Amino acid sequence: MKKSKKVKFNVNEIKKVTRRRFISTAGLVASTAVTAPAILRSGLAYASGRPVKLGYISPKTGPLAPFAEADDFVIAGIRSAFKDGIKIGSQIHPIEIFVKDTQSNPNRCAEVASELILKNKVDILMGAGTPDTTNPLSDQAEINEVPCITSDAPWQPYFFGRGGNPAKGFDWTYHFFWGLEDVIAVFLNLWNSLDTNKVVGALWPNDADGNAWGDKKLGFPPVLASKGFKLIDTGRYQQLNNDFSAQISAFKKANVEIVSGVMIPPDFTTFWTQAAQQGFKPKAVTVGKALLFPAAIEALGDRGTGLSSEVWWTPSHPFRSSLTGDSAGQLSAAYEKNTGKQWTQPIGFRHALFEVAANVLGRTKDVNSPKSIVQAIADTKLDTIVGRVHWGGKPVKNVSKTPLVGGQWVRGSKHKYDLQVVNNKTATNIPVKGVMKPI
Amino acid sequence: MIEWVNTVLQGILTGGLYALFAAGLAIIFGVMRLVNITHGDLIVLSAFVAMVAIDVMGFNPFISLVAVLPIMFVFGYILQRSILNFTLGDDLLPPLLVTFGLSIVIQNLLLQIFSADSQRIKAGSLEILSIQLYENLSVGVFPLIVFIVAVFIIIGLQYLFSNTRIGRAFRATSDDAVTAQLMGINDRHIFSLSMALALLIVGIAGLFVGISTNFDPSAGPSRLLFAFEAVIMGGLGSLWGTLAGGIILGVSQNIGAKLDPGWQILAGHIAFLVILVFRPNGLFPRMRDD
Repeated sequence: MKKSKKVKFNVNEIKKVTRRRFISTAGLVASTAVTAPAILRSGLAYASGRPVKLGYISPKTGPLAPFAEADDFVIAGIRSAFKDGIKIGSQIHPIEIFVKDTQSNPNRCAEVASELILKNKVDILMGAGTPDTTNPLSDQAEINEVPCITSDAPWQPYFFGRGGNPAKGFDWTYHFFWGLEDVIAVFLNLWNSLDTNKVVGALWPNDADGNAWGDKKLGFPPVLASKGFKLIDTGRYQQLNNDFSAQISAFKKANVEIVSGVMIPPDFTTFWTQAAQQGFKPKAVTVGKALLFPAAIEALGDRGTGLSSEVWWTPSHPFRSSLTGDSAGQLSAAYEKNTGKQWTQPIGFRHALFEVAANVLGRTKDVNSPKSIVQAIADTKLDTIVGRVHWGGKPVKNVSKTPLVGGQWVRGSKHKYDLQVVNNKTATNIPVKGVMKPI
Repeated sequence: MIEWVNTVLQGILTGGLYALFAAGLAIIFGVMRLVNITHGDLIVLSAFVAMVAIDVMGFNPFISLVAVLPIMFVFGYILQRSILNFTLGDDLLPPLLVTFGLSIVIQNLLLQIFSADSQRIKAGSLEILSIQLYENLSVGVFPLIVFIVAVFIIIGLQYLFSNTRIGRAFRATSDDAVTAQLMGINDRHIFSLSMALALLIVGIAGLFVGISTNFDPSAGPSRLLFAFEAVIMGGLGSLWGTLAGGIILGVSQNIGAKLDPGWQILAGHIAFLVILVFRPNGLFPRMRDD
C-alpha cells in the first residue's frame, strides 16, 4: 500500500507538467493566430500600439465546468468585438486574450494565474466561476500587483475568504456579483409568499459556501430567527455522500415545510430522491447552486418543477451590452442558436467581465502603468448586460453589487423546463413572469 | 429507537451499492493483482453508455442492460488484451500508471462528447417508490433492488469461481500463471475474460449509479474510494467480504451522519482504519500477499 501511495504522487507530477505545457503552448498558438490580423488592420488610421494582453481564467473542466460552459461562445463574441483593437489614449492597441483552465482546482488556478502574470505578462487578469476560481487568482494578482477583475462568486466568500479588511480593502483586485444578504432576502421573500408553518430545514455542506450560509452571525440563522422562522440545522454534511436519511428523518420529526441549502447537484439529487422514498414532502425547496443549470433540473425530471433558486441573470433582465448593444435576450438567443443549448445564468456575467475590461482600457491614461489601469477600474461607472458596475465603496471598496431575484422552475414551452422569476422585491426593475407556487 | 433502526437499515442498503462498486474491483485485483485506478471512471462510462442506449433505442432502463452488458464485456476484453496485459508483471507500478492515465483519458473523452452537464438515467416512478415497513420506517424500492441484485451477483460470482471450469481456470491463473500455462491455460485469455467479467458488474453498477443520482464525466474518482475501502475491509479476494465491507461502510457512514452530518464520510473512513488496525488482512482474507 505504501508503495502505491508514493507512486501516485509521482504520477500527479508528470500529469501536471505535460498538461500545463500543452495548454500554454496551445494558448500561445491560438492567441497569435487570432490577433495577427488585428495588428495589420489597425495600422492604417492610428499609430498602432503594443498588444494589450487580457488573461482569463475559468473552470473549463472538472466539477465546476457548467459555470464555464458558455465561455467559448462569449470569448468568440468578444474576440470579434475586439478585432480592430481598442483605442487607448491616441493609439489603437490590438487585444490578445489568453484563456486558461483551472480544472476546477484552486491550486491549479493559482498556478495558471501566476503563469499568466509572470510568463504571458498580462495587463489585466480576469476570472469567474465560484470562490474556488476568483480567490486564488485574485490573490496572485494582489501579490504581483496586477489589475484584476472577477465575477460570479458571492462577495463575502470572495472578500472575507481572502482575509479582506473592510476598512482597507484590496489595492489591485475588484469584483462584481451579489452577496449573502441578497440571497437571504430573496429566499425569505420567496418563503413569505407561501403559506407555511415557517419551519426551515437546512442542508449546508462543509465547504466555503455552506459554512458562510450557516454562519451563526453573518449567515442565515440570525435573520431567520429575527423574521420568525424556526431553523432545523443538523450540521455541516460532507459533499458527495450517498445518503441523507439522517437529515430527512430529523426534518420529518420537526415537521419541516421549507428546505434550504447550498448544494452541489449530485448531493441534491440524492437528497430529493431519498426524500420521496422516505415520505418527506416539503412545500418549498429553495436551494442555491444545485438548481442553477437546466441540465440539473432535467436530471430530476418532473420532480424538478416547483423547486426554487436564486436568479442572477435571465434573458428578460432589462439590460444591454455596452460593447455590442445587444440586449440580454439577444445575447442568450445567440447562445442558444450557436450552441443548441438552453441559456444559463453565467452567460451575462462572462460577457460583462469583458465589457468592463474594454471600458477600463478605453479610460486608461497610461496603458504601460498598472497603477493607471487599476485607477481606471476603480473609477468604473458602466451599465453592463448584468446591470450597473460601479465600485462606490459599498458594501466594501472592491465589490460592486448586481441585482438578485428569486425564481422557480416550471415546465417550459420552448425548453423542457424554464426558470421563471417569481419574486422581484429585491430588484423591482427585473420583470416577474409568474407566481411562486407550493410544490 | 425506530430512528436508529432506520439509520442502520438505510446504511445496509447503501452498502449494497458500495458492494457493487467493489465486486468488480475485487475480481480484477483477485485474479490479476491489478490495482484498477480507473474503476470509478469505468462505472461512469457505463452509466453514459446506458444513457445513450436508453436515449437512442428508447429502452426501459433495465432492458438497456441488454445493450450495455455486451458492450462493456467486449470493451473489458479488448482493454485487457490490448493494453493492460502488457503491464502485468512483478512490478505493481506499470498497471497503476496505465490505469491512472486511462482514468484521465476516459474523463476527458466523456467531457468532449457529453460536455460537463450532469446527467441522470430516469427510471420513472421506480425512483421514488417505497415500502412502508412500520410507522416512520420506509425503504425505497430502488435501493432494495440494488441491494438484492448485489447479493445475487455475489452468489453468482461465488458459484462461478468455486464450481465451474472457467472459475477453476481463473483461480489457477491467479495462483500461478506460469504453471497454469503449463496445464494448457492461456493466461492472457483468462485475464481478459476476468476483466470482461468485472466490467459486466461495472455495467450494472453504472446503471444503478445513474438512476440513483447525477453523474458527470468527473464523477468517477469519488466512487473509486468507497469501492477500495469496501474491498480492503472485506479482505482481498473474498467476495462475501466485499459485501460485508460495503455494508460496514454504509452503516458506519449513516451512524456518523446521525450523530453529526459532518462525520458521515469520516465515520466510514474511521471504520476502515479500525478494521485495518485490528485485521490488517481484512475481515475474510482469502489470500496472503507474501
